[in-house]
Amino acid sequence: MLTFVIRRLLLAVPVLLGVVFVVMLTIDLLPGDVVSLMLGEHATKDAVAKLREHLGLDKPFAVRYLDYVGRVARGDLGRSIQQNRPVAAELADAWPATLQLTLAALVIAAVAGVAAGVVSAVWPNSVFDALARLGSLFGLSMPIFWTGLVLIVVFSLWLNWLPVGGAGSLAHLVLPAVTLSLPSVAMIARMTRSAVLDVLGEDYVRTARAKGLGETWVLGKHALRNAFIPIITLLGLQSGQLMGGAVLTETVFAWPGLGRLMVKAIFARDYILLQGAVLLFALAFIVINLLVDLSYGLLDPRVSKQG
Amino acid sequence: MTAWSRFCRNRLALLGLALVVVLALSALLAPWLAPLDPARQSLIEKRTRPGAKYLLGADEFGRDILSRVIYGSRVALLVGVLSMLIALAGGLVLGTLAGFSGGWIDAVLMRAVEILLAFPYLLLALAIVAMLGPGAVNTTIAVGVWGVPTVTRIVRGSVLALRETEYVGAARALGSPAVALLRRHILPNIIPGLIVYATLFMANAILLEAALSFLGLGVQPPTASWGLMVSTGRDVLLVAPHVATVPGLAIMLAVLAFNLVGDGLRDALDPRLRGS
Repeated sequence: MLTFVIRRLLLAVPVLLGVVFVVMLTIDLLPGDVVSLMLGEHATKDAVAKLREHLGLDKPFAVRYLDYVGRVARGDLGRSIQQNRPVAAELADAWPATLQLTLAALVIAAVAGVAAGVVSAVWPNSVFDALARLGSLFGLSMPIFWTGLVLIVVFSLWLNWLPVGGAGSLAHLVLPAVTLSLPSVAMIARMTRSAVLDVLGEDYVRTARAKGLGETWVLGKHALRNAFIPIITLLGLQSGQLMGGAVLTETVFAWPGLGRLMVKAIFARDYILLQGAVLLFALAFIVINLLVDLSYGLLDPRVSKQG
Repeated sequence: MTAWSRFCRNRLALLGLALVVVLALSALLAPWLAPLDPARQSLIEKRTRPGAKYLLGADEFGRDILSRVIYGSRVALLVGVLSMLIALAGGLVLGTLAGFSGGWIDAVLMRAVEILLAFPYLLLALAIVAMLGPGAVNTTIAVGVWGVPTVTRIVRGSVLALRETEYVGAARALGSPAVALLRRHILPNIIPGLIVYATLFMANAILLEAALSFLGLGVQPPTASWGLMVSTGRDVLLVAPHVATVPGLAIMLAVLAFNLVGDGLRDALDPRLRGS
């Protein structure tokens, strides 16, 4: 188990190196000069040259790449151009908010999605099933930034129950988390329905029923446990998508997280901050995928025995 | 039963197809369908609620939202179709290359595909647009590039499967060049799968373009893009909710339409996958 984790984490290193390489190379190949864009059209040649030198942009690409990688390895992500603060500090300020938001959305998606999917599968073609399937079609088709605005109109403007945006209390978390979770709820409900339907058709479920086990026991002990393997995979994939969706949700609800920081960095052409944010996101996906793979071992004894 | 008759028996898929036709017509006939010039401003009438003159209301600059929604379908479909072509072309080239050459080329390409697929699609597109800069063309490129890995995998899979079949082996033995093999033997076999993927891709492309434009990184004003309209409406959300919510409905219907058609096509072309 431990060697598996260590091997996977070591495999992440070339991926992260690749991500940094692609990001830096694209910025380098871009038409137009980053520095003159940052300083605006009225900047003197002298100022441009000074900033270039300060940022190390006068050096060749390979030198800058190795330099950056070396500094990242020592935990130094550089200083953001806009705020002139350590990038690590800016990321450290923002990531707890994003983690809170995505975790809340993931819990909502898992609970609501699995519940809806299981009920749909146990009573296929019932009224609930039809409503759940229609609901998931809409859930997959609604742009979340729009869902967020509609929820603000309904729950903040008309009903006056929840705050419009910002962070600080549990009430602030409700609308963004629900908004972010909706497409995942839809996806998980669909997937759960078909996974449970598949499993309910298996021989061992028939055997369990034939030997007189109660329906709850059959579902809980035999059907759901096996259906959970594809569902967990999807949950892992969805947590990646949730981080992407967080960029939109954070913008809609003025949620002070990584997504908003990244959008700000893009607008400010703060490529040092951007590189750091992209790197952190990439690292987060690798960790999530690792957690998903580890969870298989808990659900399916065959996986852990194979090591 | 033919695929088409199976498709026609699926009522939701037909509804989706009808919506797609409406969307296509509105894009083609926008100048004749739009009641007003989408760029015409009337500041006295800004934020007018839906009514007789402005059926869906007016926006922050007093522009007719209905006309802008109609013109917005052009942006959505154009970005969708062009990015789909980028995804298909890129995926066909890379997938064939990986499938036919095998060895380290295949290994490197498939590793890259896996890494790209692991990224959430919005972040990937966001990173591309962040690097290329905002605008309609770069948005199209970003959305298209996002589709390349999936198409690559579909194409490579079929190439690998078909490469071993006798008729492709025979064609190769007779000295058929790779391009001819691709056109005559491989393509006809993967076209059903690609049609399904392309339809579902359209749904995601429309969502993605809208999201990028909403963030201000996609299509730039004053072009009427649905995502951009939602974004400008957001500033006046609490005084005039219709400015942001109406264009969002258009996005949802367009995405729903392509999702329904895509699901229907998948069920019709491959009955084994029914309901999954």
